[in-house]
Amino acid sequence: MTTTEKTEKTVEGVRVRNAHKSFGPHAVLKGIDLDLAPGTVTVVIGPSGSGKSTLLRTLNHLETLDLGYVSVAGELIGVREHNGRLHELSPRQVRRQRARIGFVAQSFNLFPNLTVAANVAEPLLAHKVAGWDAAYTKAYELLDRVGLKHRCTDYPRQLSGGQQQRVAIARALALEPDLLLFDEPTSALDPELVGEVLAVIKELARSGRTLVIVSHEIGFARDVADHVVFIDGGVVVEQGPPAQVLDHPQNARTREFLGKVR
Amino acid sequence: MTTTATPAAIAADPPAPPQDPLATRKVAPRRRYGRWVVTAIVLALTVEAVRALAANPAYQWDRISYYFTLDVVLDALLVTLEVTAVSAVVGFVGGVILALGRMSGNPLVNALSWAYIWFFRSLPLVVLLIIIFNASLFFPRVGINIPFGPSLVSYDVDGLLVPFVAAVVGLSLNEAAFAAEIIRGGLLSVDHGQIEAANALGLSPWRRLRQVVLPQALRSIVPGYVNQLIGLVKASSLVYYVSLVDLFGIVYQLESTHVSDKVAILLVGTAWYLLLAAVLSVLQHYVERHYSRGWEVRR
Repeated sequence: MTTTEKTEKTVEGVRVRNAHKSFGPHAVLKGIDLDLAPGTVTVVIGPSGSGKSTLLRTLNHLETLDLGYVSVAGELIGVREHNGRLHELSPRQVRRQRARIGFVAQSFNLFPNLTVAANVAEPLLAHKVAGWDAAYTKAYELLDRVGLKHRCTDYPRQLSGGQQQRVAIARALALEPDLLLFDEPTSALDPELVGEVLAVIKELARSGRTLVIVSHEIGFARDVADHVVFIDGGVVVEQGPPAQVLDHPQNARTREFLGKVR
Repeated sequence: MTTTATPAAIAADPPAPPQDPLATRKVAPRRRYGRWVVTAIVLALTVEAVRALAANPAYQWDRISYYFTLDVVLDALLVTLEVTAVSAVVGFVGGVILALGRMSGNPLVNALSWAYIWFFRSLPLVVLLIIIFNASLFFPRVGINIPFGPSLVSYDVDGLLVPFVAAVVGLSLNEAAFAAEIIRGGLLSVDHGQIEAANALGLSPWRRLRQVVLPQALRSIVPGYVNQLIGLVKASSLVYYVSLVDLFGIVYQLESTHVSDKVAILLVGTAWYLLLAAVLSVLQHYVERHYSRGWEVRR
């Protein structure tokens, strides 16, 4: 994918402005501003409870913001502006937006009652973008890409954790989203299975899509990220290229955190 | 390991077994003498019990086969089947609606569903049936009205509530309350991550329910629900109290008129109820197997 194609498709990437979110009395996001260029890979790091997962989940409206907004490619996510206020979109409109944003969860969440191929074909059938045959052809193609074509007719529970997560990635790719979100994709995996999943994500990083990855894998972040965001206490503490944030952190909290994870 | 390996052992492929003689012994499973003793005792008791039951002259095997397929018995069996089948279907539909109502975010819908379940679960079925059979004493006429306006159609309740209708209405109202809680339990057992994954993929609520939530919920719904259905088959015997002659009704009538065949008639009733439950249990096996696809195997 060339750069010109990318810029024609999406002028603007992910934009977050003044994002606030509380769960009851507990404020999780306290005013987050982010600009992620299209086609770039962003890794979000931070201690547990820092709000990084909540932030990721607001990007496809799995969480609703209390204040502020998220936009992807210039389109507001989950809300529309009307008479100077932001109103939540109808469920149908939210579903349409989510079809353009892939989401991969920590615990895979494959549908255990469907075969591996049916899991990948499901979003295509649900959104009626393909008939039965075309959906499954596409599913086989995607599973081939993550190296699991031979497991198509198996059920998710017959697969290892790493394989399940690769299927989940194939499923998230089915609708060909421009933006892919990963919520700690390797945290639920045995150490020896982490590599195969990171390899697939690394492959995707070169495909011209915008990737936002919440991760604890600092080495992986240094390897694959264009941009690293360090979040603590619901605010962005530091952000920049990996060489700067990971190797020469300016902020004391970033230094402290990196000292602990290493 | 203290002994030095011989050069031959080193060269051998695969390597020779270790030198420690204990290490080469097979482990024999523990002998379970107690189990043999228990088996012998239980077997003896079972044989004796079956013999005592089967050889009992009070059974009048010939009378049993006579009553088993007697016209009035088969007619009554059909009544039991019809009442049960209609109530099972209506009760299931009502149960799904109530379960969704109980899980709804709307506080009014939620409270009403709860109140319905509380009321119809608490009322003894026989009391409910008799109340419904006598509903005309509460509401002489029913009809469709424009709220606070004129009546469009109206019927005499006494004319509508023939015994069959009263029986089905009573059983369905009761069945829906119990079904609702079983279905709700199943829906709650589905991992929240599944619902979130469906949402993240942009599945509509209906597609999410049909493709993801329900197939997984049914796994835990089916065993409890078949229990409930077998309970319904048996509870249908109470329709005798609203003048409907079902399997229990005919058995009750026959055994009080043909006193000499009492045992045979009671056994015929027993046999038919056992058969109905057996059919449901076999069905349960296959339905459970269907919904356990993807679960039975791990790696």
